[in-house]
Amino acid sequence: MREIDVSLLTDAVAELCGEANCRLGDDLLAALGKGLAEEVSPAGREVLAQLLENARIAAAEGLPVCQDTGTAVLFVELGQEVRLVGGDFNEALQAGVRRGYKEAYLRHSIVLDPLQRVNSGDNTPAVIHLQLVPGDRVKITLLPKGGGSENMSALKMLTPSQGRQGLIDFVVETVSRAGPDPCPPLVVGVGFGGNFEYVAYLAKKALLRPLGRPHANPDYAALEKEILEQINKTGIGPQGFGGRLTALAVHMEVWPCHLASMPAAVNIGCHACRHGQRII
Amino acid sequence: MAQIKKITPPLDDAQVMALKAGDRVLLSGVIYTARDAAHKKMAELLAAGAPLPLDLKGQVIYYMGPTPAGPGRVIGSAGPTTSGRMDPYTPALLACGLKAVMGKGQRSAAVIRALQEYKAVYLAATGGAGALLSRRIRAAEVVAYGELGPEAIYRLVVEDFPALVINDAYGHDLYVEGRRRYALID
Repeated sequence: MREIDVSLLTDAVAELCGEANCRLGDDLLAALGKGLAEEVSPAGREVLAQLLENARIAAAEGLPVCQDTGTAVLFVELGQEVRLVGGDFNEALQAGVRRGYKEAYLRHSIVLDPLQRVNSGDNTPAVIHLQLVPGDRVKITLLPKGGGSENMSALKMLTPSQGRQGLIDFVVETVSRAGPDPCPPLVVGVGFGGNFEYVAYLAKKALLRPLGRPHANPDYAALEKEILEQINKTGIGPQGFGGRLTALAVHMEVWPCHLASMPAAVNIGCHACRHGQRII
Repeated sequence: MAQIKKITPPLDDAQVMALKAGDRVLLSGVIYTARDAAHKKMAELLAAGAPLPLDLKGQVIYYMGPTPAGPGRVIGSAGPTTSGRMDPYTPALLACGLKAVMGKGQRSAAVIRALQEYKAVYLAATGGAGALLSRRIRAAEVVAYGELGPEAIYRLVVEDFPALVINDAYGHDLYVEGRRRYALID
């Protein structure tokens, strides 16, 4: 067994909060740059130029890319040969969010109760997804998720007879209905299979894949490409001002499912699809 | 693309009627922020016949909740939030003389009608460009509902703050027209 003090988890999470919110990944910047070169709409090109300039300013000045610094979503892969010491695992992660959001001047966007709506004051609680894996390391991934794009996400319990076309229609309709609201050009996370709660998790996880890397299964890689092409025919364009670049990528996460079911979830990510990772 | 128009609140009917969907504008001067919680509070005041914490006549409301200002800054990241959540409250504020609202995303049919009725416009700033937009803000102070934190009403002084006219006072909608122009399917 390898002992790891939970304070190391707190430190890692705290650092990730500032990093992920102020720096976009090279994959995302490359996709926005490619979009700028290819977009035919003048208003769309203006938006893409602004987004690239925005990313440059944010990184140079340590400012958040977007004022919505999100719900802190944490994916933790915990090696089963790790023995955590020095405190409570969950509290250590929450402490990291608390410290990271304060130190990096990030916005506190969490209310303690959906109806009472009083701000928690420190952006906790984070949403934590824990997975036990072989090995003696801890991998922590932070995805700060904005509310505007999250609000346009959807889940549908499709049935087997609806097939491939049923999935395509559901994803394209969800993006089409969202229009300008979730800040296109989007990264579209699609969960497919599993069950009611697991398919939403898969859709969220799909947002973490590096842009431009297709699904490992060639059938699903082709399906991702087909859905992306359909989305980019809607005309919504950057910020919904009209144009051809409505989504930068469609990422699918696929899982076995029940005989009777074909669950699908669409988790919409905005153009600032931010995340960061640490391995301890 | 259309020429860039410079506007400075307070706005009158003639200035509003000169703006058309698709126009690029640069805002300078004083604007106010308000988002979900502040709108709810203002709606409650109006329903009770009580005065609002600010005079909206001719003014611009920006749907925005900033990140905290770091050392040496007047404000943090400061881009628009999704406007549709303010739809239920917007017509009543337009009736108070508000001349422009700014955010991102679609408005309801009721808001689009109210913009025509009260001669006002809906502007979009680029969502997710909070760092870039922060640079166009020269001053920021909380003028109401400080207890709401990022949802407080701020008085901002902006200079050449870029936006695009989405819904004008004539009933045009750039989101609908832009999409139609570039769509390759229905």
